[in-house]
Amino acid sequence: MAEDSVKLLGYWASPYSLKVKWALKLKGIQYQYVEEDLKNKSPMLLQYNPVYKKIPVLVHDDKPLAESLIILEYIDEVWKQNPLLPIDPHERAKARFWAKFADDKCVPALVAAFSKKGEEQERAVKEARENLKILESGLEGKRFFGGETIGFVDIAAGWIGCWAQMTEEIIGIKLIDAETMPLLDSWFQDFLEIPLIKECMPPQDKLLEHCKESHKKF
Amino acid sequence: MAKNDVKVLGAWPSPYVMRPRIALNIKSVNYEFLEETFGSKSELLLQSNPVHKKIPVLIHGDKPICESMIIVEYIDEVWTSGPSILPSDPYDRAIQRFWAAYVDEKWFAAMRGLRSAQGEERKAFLDQVTEGLALLEEAFGKCSKGKAFFGGDRIGLLDIAFGSFLGWLKVTEKVNGVKLLDEAKTPGLVKWAERFCADAAVKSVMPETEKLLEFSKVLAAKMKGAPPPKN
Repeated sequence: MAEDSVKLLGYWASPYSLKVKWALKLKGIQYQYVEEDLKNKSPMLLQYNPVYKKIPVLVHDDKPLAESLIILEYIDEVWKQNPLLPIDPHERAKARFWAKFADDKCVPALVAAFSKKGEEQERAVKEARENLKILESGLEGKRFFGGETIGFVDIAAGWIGCWAQMTEEIIGIKLIDAETMPLLDSWFQDFLEIPLIKECMPPQDKLLEHCKESHKKF
Repeated sequence: MAKNDVKVLGAWPSPYVMRPRIALNIKSVNYEFLEETFGSKSELLLQSNPVHKKIPVLIHGDKPICESMIIVEYIDEVWTSGPSILPSDPYDRAIQRFWAAYVDEKWFAAMRGLRSAQGEERKAFLDQVTEGLALLEEAFGKCSKGKAFFGGDRIGLLDIAFGSFLGWLKVTEKVNGVKLLDEAKTPGLVKWAERFCADAAVKSVMPETEKLLEFSKVLAAKMKGAPPPKN
């Protein structure tokens, strides 16, 4: 497939555009990457995603799509190699459930732990730990959510390990406890060690600086 | 298929519960509807949805499936002999999912905000709701391509996602004394709403507006006695 038929509008430090990069790489899809300046969004971005005006946006044959999980499902349906979602409908429903849980419950708690202070921060940390523990149960003792190899939930939520570690360093509070969440901790480590995953990650020192800068705003 | 092979745990006023029921009706699947008592959660609910402890839950055989739109997609994937709920083209499927997510995460969030807001805040939520409806009117034009529903000739994923809120939309209109769906501003949606509510798969599970209005008063009274919501 010609490289110019697939375009990804993203931001180097965004985990949401990272998810899409991972999916495209896993499937071996060639694409054109466009780095957006989020402080000065391009007319192209505003035209392709008028509803949310956010990245990532995937453009395939001039047709734009927004929202990372919806983009992942689209990629999985168009390019059948290295499937992200399992075949069995119940397993698919479970995968969608955990991807949604990670986004709706784990991420907001982590963001709150990062951005709040005092009692609000304490509550957010507690909630983040509880929700991460629940996410661990979704692994059902497997190495990855996809089984022996990575799948939909791994790509959708595996980034959380890295961002949580950066948050821990910045706020000085432990979020992922290897003692109370051993399986989740192993999962994050194993996931981030996978070559294609590592290759797409933004440089860690740059990312940490970027997170520290964001933290100063709060 | 035995009726007790498929169960839906839910409650009649919930728009989220309507969704799997409409989907099962589209597929002509018999199911047992287990009504939760308002204000308490059954053992079966707590067991089958330990993570969220919320309705709806679909129990198929012994397998629970949670989250209304995930349940609808599951139903579409399992019962393949009935009419399809999602279109076959991947891009069209993605667009249906995009707007269904928008309805849940943005539009209904504004509708909920409207319920308890006062003064300036209320006006802000109302503006958000109206702007959302304008976007959905435009989406309707593009998705339906001149046909009756977002899904084309038949009810599809986005019809189910958005249409399930029509009862509460009518209650909101009455309580706030506003017209949200309007022949002048959202003519496509006005006609779509009539067709949706009249559809055979929807009629039996769409609550009457008067009943919902009564229930909303009970809900409001209960919420006044409850601690303020977290978000």
